[in-house]
Amino acid sequence: MDSRTETLALREQFETPAQQKEISTLGMWVFLVTEIMFFGGLFLAYAIYRRQFAGAFALASNTLDVVIGAVNTAVLLCSSYTMVLAVRAAQIGSRKALIVFLILTILLGGVFLGVKAYEWNQKFEEHHVPGPSFHLEGTPAQGPAQLFFSLYFTMTGLHALHMVVGEGLMLFLLWQAYAGKYTPSYYTPVDVGGLYWHFVDIVWIFLFPLLYLIARHQH
Amino acid sequence: MHEHVDSIKTYTLVFLTLLILTAATTMVSTIDLGPFNVVMALLIAVVKMMLVALFFMHLRHSTILTKVVVGGGMLWLGILLVLSLSDFVTRGWLPVPGK
Repeated sequence: MDSRTETLALREQFETPAQQKEISTLGMWVFLVTEIMFFGGLFLAYAIYRRQFAGAFALASNTLDVVIGAVNTAVLLCSSYTMVLAVRAAQIGSRKALIVFLILTILLGGVFLGVKAYEWNQKFEEHHVPGPSFHLEGTPAQGPAQLFFSLYFTMTGLHALHMVVGEGLMLFLLWQAYAGKYTPSYYTPVDVGGLYWHFVDIVWIFLFPLLYLIARHQH
Repeated sequence: MHEHVDSIKTYTLVFLTLLILTAATTMVSTIDLGPFNVVMALLIAVVKMMLVALFFMHLRHSTILTKVVVGGGMLWLGILLVLSLSDFVTRGWLPVPGK
């Protein structure tokens, strides 16, 4: 008896496999709700300070590269698309398609992180990283400008950290899928991993307009 | 187990809509709408969130219990944002005697 048999087994506290799966999905949603509150605090801090220092925030926001931001948003949406197709492949029991779509998701996630690393590096070169060498041209309000970039690095940094965790989850799913552990009657980890991946996508859906677009009309 | 399997066509349509909305929000942001720039940006983001949650996260096929948990999460997020901002936004609306 290998580990697969054990994984598939219906735990004694559940009446049906459907109930067991439902509880796993619900558990993930409960975790995601805690994540909503976690990121929610940062969005609140952003809203309060943006209201207080609208001018400096507008100036600082306009130093971000909108084209790169928009393209990276598209890359992340592509990865959500391949992720949902991976879940679908698991549902219909297509191991090959599942593996292909998981690899595509991992690659697209990697592209997103690579672009993000490039953007952060640019910010370091432009002295837009909060600290002793910080300088934003065209405003005496260096403090509030640093506040914008503190929020920028915290929010995009924590988002990227979630992406790294997601990449790890995807690699695990890929390994399990390669070993043929997932069937139409048991693919809960793929489903639950997908929920996490899409959630991280949703966080970015809000970060992109709030950080990159909010002051573009004043450019 | 009978899981609802959506068609690739459904997912592709949702995906293309998400890309179009991304292009739309990027372009609308260059037009000066005054205070409505923020409203438009958030409105489009909320629509995108709903599309991802309902279709990609299968929320439309989820049980009532899951929907209540998600709704509860959004409610608490609303409390966090609305009550906190109602403090910051209304400061200075009324004069404080002796200040």
